[in-house]
Amino acid sequence: MMLPVIGLIIGLGIGALFPVSIPVEFAKFMSVALLAALDSVFGGLRAGAEEKFDNTIFITGFFTNALLAASLVYMGDRLGIDLYYVALLAFGLRIFQNLAIIRRYFLKK
Amino acid sequence: MDVIERGETVLSIKQGQAAIAFVCVILGFMLAVQFRTTQDIRSTVPYQRIEDLSQRLIQTEKERDTLQNQISELRKSSAEAATTQQAELVRMGAGVVTVQGPGVSITIDDSKRQSKLGENPNLYIIHDDDILKVINELWAAGAEAISINDQRLIASSEIRCAGPTLSVNNTRYSPPYEIKAIGDPTTLENALKMRGGVVETLQFWGIQISIKTQDNQIVPAYKGAFRFELAKPVKDGV
Repeated sequence: MMLPVIGLIIGLGIGALFPVSIPVEFAKFMSVALLAALDSVFGGLRAGAEEKFDNTIFITGFFTNALLAASLVYMGDRLGIDLYYVALLAFGLRIFQNLAIIRRYFLKK
Repeated sequence: MDVIERGETVLSIKQGQAAIAFVCVILGFMLAVQFRTTQDIRSTVPYQRIEDLSQRLIQTEKERDTLQNQISELRKSSAEAATTQQAELVRMGAGVVTVQGPGVSITIDDSKRQSKLGENPNLYIIHDDDILKVINELWAAGAEAISINDQRLIASSEIRCAGPTLSVNNTRYSPPYEIKAIGDPTTLENALKMRGGVVETLQFWGIQISIKTQDNQIVPAYKGAFRFELAKPVKDGV
């Protein structure tokens, strides 16, 4: 369990050290991508807890989710529909679901 | 073995730690960047204030323009002395009279092209040095009078970036810029359009530039006031 935490700290460190700042227009994309990453982490933890973890599924899932979410936001921007919220809602729901399953798993033991 | 390990700690997910850690690195990075971006947005000046200030600026500029018009009108009415040919030439050289003659008019506008991700959007907008290059080329090709957006260029005229706008004679303009020049139309046009010249360079970045030759180009007079606080004329023979 330590490894992901260390990874998170390293990522935060890199982000804090490098003075990267994205333009305001892309803030939406960034927030969706962030949620996609968060969703992937929780999904991965859940699969790990259930001992069904598959590296390929995890990594491809992460990238396809992020890409699909980003393209949804882009399309929404073009069409004038707030598809942005759809992505946010879907990811948010999944995060809570996964969290619930992980919690049950630990409580059951 | 699995069972033993599970018993050790509450959090005992063993599978896929490396992959999750990798995604965690990305997640942490994005969190940090997003955090900074959000702070950037908060720390910028409120939109309302910008609007307020620009409104006031426009009003002050209008007032100043009317005052300048008054000055030039008063000066015109008192300019009975400048009737000799010599005085007229000096006045034309100083740019305080409206002049007309054959010439060209050049319209320059920002690039319509969207800058690609990661590319510097500055490359696609007009800067003061682009305009300066055009002006310099025109003077070199023998232009006798030049104006930018109705601001006559005189000896002390500046051409300078002022935020997203261009400041000429302390008046700010935004694109498109219209440059009017009096001179031999074909010479002026060829000077700008020569291979590897200024027009070709600007068009490479998609900046829209169009040159029209005019039979009777009117270049307006300088409307501002001349003020010399430090410079004093030197008497002949000193």
